[in-house]
Amino acid sequence: MKTWIAFSSILMKDMRSYYLKPPNISWGLIFPIAWTLMFFLRSPVAVEVRDLLPGVMALSILFGTTSMLAVTITFERKSRSFERLLLAPISLNLLMLAKTSGAIMFGVVNAFVPVIFASFLSDLSGINWFMVLGSVILIAITSTFLGLFIAVSVSQVFEAQTFSNFFRFPMLFLCGLFIPLSDLPAFLRPVSYALPLTYGADILKTAINYNGIISVPLSFLMLLIFSVILFAYSTYNVNRKWIL
Amino acid sequence: MKIIEVENLKKTFNGFTAVDGVNFYINQGEIFGFLGPNGAGKTTTINMLTGMAKITEGKVKLMGEDYTRNAKKAQAMMGIVPDESNLYEELSGWENLVFCGALYGMEKYLREERATQLLQQFGLAEAASKSFKAYSKGMKRKLAIAAGIIHQPEILFLDEPTTGIDVAFARQIRNLIVDLHSKGTTIFLTTHYIEEAERLCERLAFIVQGKIVREGTVEEMMKETQGENIVNFTLGGDFTKIEEEFRSHFPDFNLRMGKNNDVSIHSPSTFTLFPFVQFFEERSLPVFEAKIVRPSLEEVFVKVTGIELQKMQSEQNQKGRKSQKGGGSRS
Repeated sequence: MKTWIAFSSILMKDMRSYYLKPPNISWGLIFPIAWTLMFFLRSPVAVEVRDLLPGVMALSILFGTTSMLAVTITFERKSRSFERLLLAPISLNLLMLAKTSGAIMFGVVNAFVPVIFASFLSDLSGINWFMVLGSVILIAITSTFLGLFIAVSVSQVFEAQTFSNFFRFPMLFLCGLFIPLSDLPAFLRPVSYALPLTYGADILKTAINYNGIISVPLSFLMLLIFSVILFAYSTYNVNRKWIL
Repeated sequence: MKIIEVENLKKTFNGFTAVDGVNFYINQGEIFGFLGPNGAGKTTTINMLTGMAKITEGKVKLMGEDYTRNAKKAQAMMGIVPDESNLYEELSGWENLVFCGALYGMEKYLREERATQLLQQFGLAEAASKSFKAYSKGMKRKLAIAAGIIHQPEILFLDEPTTGIDVAFARQIRNLIVDLHSKGTTIFLTTHYIEEAERLCERLAFIVQGKIVREGTVEEMMKETQGENIVNFTLGGDFTKIEEEFRSHFPDFNLRMGKNNDVSIHSPSTFTLFPFVQFFEERSLPVFEAKIVRPSLEEVFVKVTGIELQKMQSEQNQKGRKSQKGGGSRS
């Protein structure tokens, strides 16, 4: 069985049906601009665009991937078309990888939209682009797998959206982007270190502005661990809850 | 050759036994019918055979190979058409078929060629580029069957293929099933329409409350009612008022209630109609019609399961209507 045919067809169908739709493309463009403006407006002093870049990139990925995947899978479950995929002779792991690949790619593309804008407004020389790319991919993977985790935990589309926010907003404020980790109350710091975005945002800070505080190899390792755990737990749940 | 062998198959959900140790086999090239009322365990059995439900106990073999714990191994050889559509609303009919072909690893040129051929064969060529959501219920069902056979499976599972669709489409689908069968496709068909099973299936199993209560060829099943004499009376009033009196008056006869004041009398020996007509007339129940009924599979089903057919079919039709509205339950 040529499983890659099934894999690529699922990926292409999702790209066409969900990720390349005009509302999502406009979301990818408007979201980073809105975040950048928000940072400018709230800051009493002049803000350097480059300083904002790690935060805007990280949030673009997080918000672009988690709810997208959670909503699309929940929607397909509701319409029973996901059942068609479960009945196909491809392994559950490969199927879930095919379903998540589209969201991961969407997240990576979303992350570079603010970079394009920033290139017109700021000097981007000296950035470690390999490190940026590595962290963007891993943030996209962990955020997408978080979306998958949400999708297998709910049964309605509105629950997926609500549940996504339950994870995203604490991450937004505790990952070190708005408030430096060192300024957080002591009791909240362990929570910060338990969030994947903390490590992804820190790598971006190191790669773009050289001001990260966690060791880069450790951050990459933590993101890999989060990815494996979220994916394994989600597929375990699919097998347990959807194949009765 | 046996294409599927099922041994002591059992499924429990939180202590409730949905399928209770069923045994059956399906020969290559035959249409095997699985009949039973709502909640009898038909869909659960299909789900276990196709890998959509885990098997609690028992064994399933496909072409002699055990796939009880690894249904993925067998899914490439199966075509599955569930009782409710599971195709993609946003894709066209043609795109749905091509996508389903890809799920089975078919090369692009091959799946496109086969999709075009199937749309032609199923009378959907003109609607090929229409979005699936614009299809009527009957067209959706036909496309679902086409999607089930795009990869030319060894066995096709059809779960209630004619439930909830109009008579003309149901007839077209039955003709398609006959056509597929004539081309050698093995078919596992669940239905609650006895006449459909009688017309299409070579072998049958009746399932009630998770247990197979009878299995065999249609001819074998019909033997059970051979020698039985049945007369159906259409009365001009409500029979239930005199039911008790009738039973005490004619203790050697079996009685079955039908719809619209119909009542049928069963006896192993021949009998004259006059005493019955007289009995009804004396109790102000005029006899509008009395006809001899040839024993049918329906009689066997009612005899074996004790389930009145009208009740079963009206329940199933309600289920079909619910699923049309987007609800629907699983049996």
